[in-house]
Amino acid sequence: MIAVENLVSGYGRIRVLDGISLTVAPGECVGILGHNGMGKSTLLRTIVGLVPTWRGSVRIDGKPIDKLPPNRRAHAGIGFVPQGRQIFPGLSVRENLHFGALAKRRPPTHAEAEAIEEFPELERLLDRPGGALSGGEQQLLALARALAGTPRLLLLDEPTEGIQPSIVQAMIERIGDLRRKRGIAVLLVEQNLDFLRGLADRLLLIHRGRIVRELDRAAIADPSLEQEFIGAGPNTVAHH
Amino acid sequence: MDYAVVVALQIVSGVATLVIVSLGLAVVFGMMRVINLAHGEFLMLGGYTAILASGQGINRWLSILVLPPLVVGLIGAVVERVLIRRLYGRMVDTMLATWGLSLAFIGGVTMLFGNSVTGISAPFGSFGIGRFHVAGYDMFLVLASVVLSLIVWAVLKLTPAGLIARGTMQNAEMAAALGVSPERVYALTFAAGAALSGLAGGLIAPVSGVLPTMGTAYIAKAFITVITGGAAMLTGTLVASGLLGSVLTVFTFLTTPVFGEVALLVMAIVLLRLLPRGITGRFLRRAL
Repeated sequence: MIAVENLVSGYGRIRVLDGISLTVAPGECVGILGHNGMGKSTLLRTIVGLVPTWRGSVRIDGKPIDKLPPNRRAHAGIGFVPQGRQIFPGLSVRENLHFGALAKRRPPTHAEAEAIEEFPELERLLDRPGGALSGGEQQLLALARALAGTPRLLLLDEPTEGIQPSIVQAMIERIGDLRRKRGIAVLLVEQNLDFLRGLADRLLLIHRGRIVRELDRAAIADPSLEQEFIGAGPNTVAHH
Repeated sequence: MDYAVVVALQIVSGVATLVIVSLGLAVVFGMMRVINLAHGEFLMLGGYTAILASGQGINRWLSILVLPPLVVGLIGAVVERVLIRRLYGRMVDTMLATWGLSLAFIGGVTMLFGNSVTGISAPFGSFGIGRFHVAGYDMFLVLASVVLSLIVWAVLKLTPAGLIARGTMQNAEMAAALGVSPERVYALTFAAGAALSGLAGGLIAPVSGVLPTMGTAYIAKAFITVITGGAAMLTGTLVASGLLGSVLTVFTFLTTPVFGEVALLVMAIVLLRLLPRGITGRFLRRAL
């Protein structure tokens, strides 16, 4: 589905990604784990095209997309749920959903019906402005908005950030359903190990812009991982 | 009694004129946050288009309502492509470049058509209220301002293009990540704003006549109206036009047009002192 090879990028003159390679197969969910400031968000933003690629390549089904602007990458099949969710605050929930569909030239009412079926809790919020929603509701909306464009690869940037545990569990189930039903591939950046355990088939550990380790399902379930990586909390961001 | 009716009609047409000349700027500045100092010249070019077209014997309504927005919309598209596009997010550079553009337009039109007022006769003649006469065209302008506002509202609120434009203005990066080309949306929105200004020029040409420097007379009022209106570009522009247009007309009636404009400015300053983020920064925030 997607193949990233030796990707180097950053902001201004500061290099953040230092040669990242990874692949995600159709229907697969790959998790990315790492401390703050190690390049997780930059990786997703570079794949989406919001941060320019310095070197290396990003391919979808073998076709290079790393020179394309973000909108063309979206049309190549990438769906993005960014950190902070980036809901259009002045548009209603319905309009946010329609935007996701129209941006990919899909009929909006059809996409809206689908979204309501997959996320019934959005139905009573349809006429509310996106900016008036709670964090969890915005997260569901951001997910539904990305899905309204029928992506084949979904990039999720810390979807559980600032969300109650009850919704986290619901989101694990929801994203799992989507993978089964739509066969969507997922690349997931997350600090919440439980969330990763619930979804990821493989886990890549990122450190200073490089992938330093790969863990399979069995290794993800290992409780000792906790000690090693949940140090990613506010006390241990000394690596910044 | 008749006098009161005439004054009321004048107020309404003063408000309508302000709405008409401000709508294009509401799109370009209110929505896109581009400070286009050549906005007044878009209006002027619309006026000249109307005059020249009707001078060529083209149907008067076609000359006033159809050709100016088309011609100026095209000019706007070209200006966006060669100038504005390179300067998004650079406010001072944009102001400097569009100021230069404004001088170039004024100079060019003066060279081609001379520095004198040209006019076309206003349709409709006038009708009497008691001892007074009211220009029929003024009432047509009132109708035009209402219809134009409705069209702008409907395009933004009810069409896919309007939804894409509103979302892109709120978060261009996210819009791009979802599959929209922000460059295209900005270009089309700017051209639409230019077209509205061109139409405004065509509409007011029969009332004011056209002159190469006529844009300067309107651009300040348009900016003041849009800024006073605040974040909700359409509602803000309408409410601010209502307040400022009334003040302008009433003071023009009581004293002279000069004091009318002074009163408008004072009113705007007081409003912005009380409501620094504009009228819709405080009231009607959710409106369009």
